Amino acid sequence: MKLHDVPRQLRTACEPRKTGPEMATVITPSAGNAPGLSDMWEQRELLYYLVLRDISVRYKQTSLGLAWAFLQPLLPAIVFTVFFGKLANLPSDGMPYALFSYAGLLPWTFFSSSVSQASLSLVNSTSLFTKVYFPRVFIPLASIVTAGFDAIVSSVVLVGLMLYYHTPLSANIVFLPLVVAIAAAFTIGSGTFLSASAIRYRDVRYIIPFMIQMLLFLCPVAYPASIVPEKWRLVWALNPMVAAVEGFRWSVLGTPLDVRTMGVGAVGAAVVLVAGVKYFQKVESTFADIA
Amino acid sequence: MKNPVIRVEGLGKRYWLGQNTAPYETLRDSIARLGSVFCRQPAQAARGEFWALRDVGFEIERGDTVALVGRNGAGKSTLLKILSRITAPTSGRVELHGRVGSLLEVGTGFHPELTGRENIFLNGAILGMRRREIARSFDQIVAFSGVEAFVDTPVKRYSSGMHTRLAFAVAAHLETEILLVDEVLAVGDAEFQKKCLGKMQDVAHEGRTVIFVSHNMSACAQLCRSAVALQNGQVWLTGNVHEVIKKYLIEVSASSPTAVHAQLALLRPDPALRVLDIRVFQLGNDNRANFFTHLPFEIEMTYEVKVVERNLRVGFDLIANDGALLFRAFDDDMQRHERRLGVFTSRCQVPGNLLMPGDYVVSPSIGIDPDRWIVHKDVSIGVQLMQIDGVNMTYMDTYRRPGYLMPELAWNVVPRG
Repeated sequence: MKLHDVPRQLRTACEPRKTGPEMATVITPSAGNAPGLSDMWEQRELLYYLVLRDISVRYKQTSLGLAWAFLQPLLPAIVFTVFFGKLANLPSDGMPYALFSYAGLLPWTFFSSSVSQASLSLVNSTSLFTKVYFPRVFIPLASIVTAGFDAIVSSVVLVGLMLYYHTPLSANIVFLPLVVAIAAAFTIGSGTFLSASAIRYRDVRYIIPFMIQMLLFLCPVAYPASIVPEKWRLVWALNPMVAAVEGFRWSVLGTPLDVRTMGVGAVGAAVVLVAGVKYFQKVESTFADIA
Repeated sequence: MKNPVIRVEGLGKRYWLGQNTAPYETLRDSIARLGSVFCRQPAQAARGEFWALRDVGFEIERGDTVALVGRNGAGKSTLLKILSRITAPTSGRVELHGRVGSLLEVGTGFHPELTGRENIFLNGAILGMRRREIARSFDQIVAFSGVEAFVDTPVKRYSSGMHTRLAFAVAAHLETEILLVDEVLAVGDAEFQKKCLGKMQDVAHEGRTVIFVSHNMSACAQLCRSAVALQNGQVWLTGNVHEVIKKYLIEVSASSPTAVHAQLALLRPDPALRVLDIRVFQLGNDNRANFFTHLPFEIEMTYEVKVVERNLRVGFDLIANDGALLFRAFDDDMQRHERRLGVFTSRCQVPGNLLMPGDYVVSPSIGIDPDRWIVHKDVSIGVQLMQIDGVNMTYMDTYRRPGYLMPELAWNVVPRG
């Protein structure tokens, strides 16, 4: 993939907008320099180039290149299958354990690599945003979109596993966009929040790996939701990744789903999204001064 | 002004000094501060404030080219950062009509692993260009940078010269209505600098609004029509570029020894060398700042060598009052000098019958080649030359000749045949 090849949809969509003298930009202390949605739309191509940069740089720097996209969920899936599936004999909603854990690890890997990349993305690009103005939210967003691209690539292995175990695609797949929306909202919310706080508090760098590890065990990745006691289920579901992981397996493999978890997860994800983006916008104008 | 494209009113920018100047805060600090709310300790007691800009106001008309001049620390960079929206002001208001492109540093966002072609698109997008614009000027960008043969080579294989040329080429093709340019002409070799200056001139002639920050006064004078001079974070002068530069150069160039010492005191300390004194004087002339054109004048720099550096070069720039750099000279121009530790004096004589009468600035340039400058553009000493004798004597009252120099040359006039 070449950095300068812009897909056709983008090409037709990027007719220049009229920017005449009638369009004034006003800079005041309060309005500061936080970009509005129109600024972001104006420079949307930048997001595309940042994603392409991340993908093509990794492609050039690593010998395995794209293979890392599916190795990331595949390797832990193998470990989980051996230890949790075979040795600990954890239940797997009647699915082959390998398929069950890979289907959980796919959305989980999207979240964990998004958050770990995005949270440090801003700190690592101080030389960019202290020199040029652009919507800074693109920097963590680019990490998240790149991880999303990886998730799409790694779903090829999921299809392979389903064929191998003769597992049919569930009709629930029509609800997949809803599940993706929950995962994306939660990831974007936490990614923007953590990237902005990392500028102020360098401690974030050390908290993230720890936090991700804890969260992995709080999510039904290696085990099904059914082993969580009924009375704790809703509290447990406050973590939107519970809904994302359970929902993903439900929509693709047709495993059972507690609809209430989905509801709680959706609300939680929306709250995190709004809070994360608001926090980012609030501190954005001080980035160049404190970074 | 009827049609200002940039309007700045009461603009201020405050920075905090003192204990909390750590580049970032740790969680512990914040928790401690949270604690201090309950303990009623004034959290910001040890902080001082510093206004990098204060009550700055001006208007710039569409299509104008404006030089922004001022000493280091006068607030030029802060002003550009606010205009380009990199940082937010503390007070005041800016109104911009049109897209703003900024060249505060060339090559921002270049990725070493990506090819020249890929970096052109990435860097262009970072600078705010649309893909269509980049694609349209792609060939021009490549041709301008002169890296045609390497456009599909990763940038990490480029020489540093190629790297800067490509970076400037991308930035120079920004098509925004307002362009902010900060000292980027100080890159590359002399030939490329000339090319850059030419490009900036084209931009200026296209009717776009340009704000140009540079210490190079002759570049300012060449490129710009008007100028804004900042001093201590405030607007000091505005108006025609030539008038502002002239007043500015007189203002910044100190001629009394105390003024020179004040400038020396502001120098960044360097481990290898400390400048003790710099004097400009004319033998046989007690007047400190008014020299005669027909007599030589002396420039004497006294300094302490603290680390023996083989490539220490001590010299100065001679600058005319329109900003043109007449020449730069070093004490090792003809031969090297062994310098051990201790105090040394480098003294130079600028010959008489060389310069036109007028105002000049002597700006010491001391550095370690090719590593760093120790004194460079930091100190300016004003010199006024007047004519009572020497070259042009015959026509002195009736004819002021053009040019910077009026050297005494050996003429020979003989009857033919």
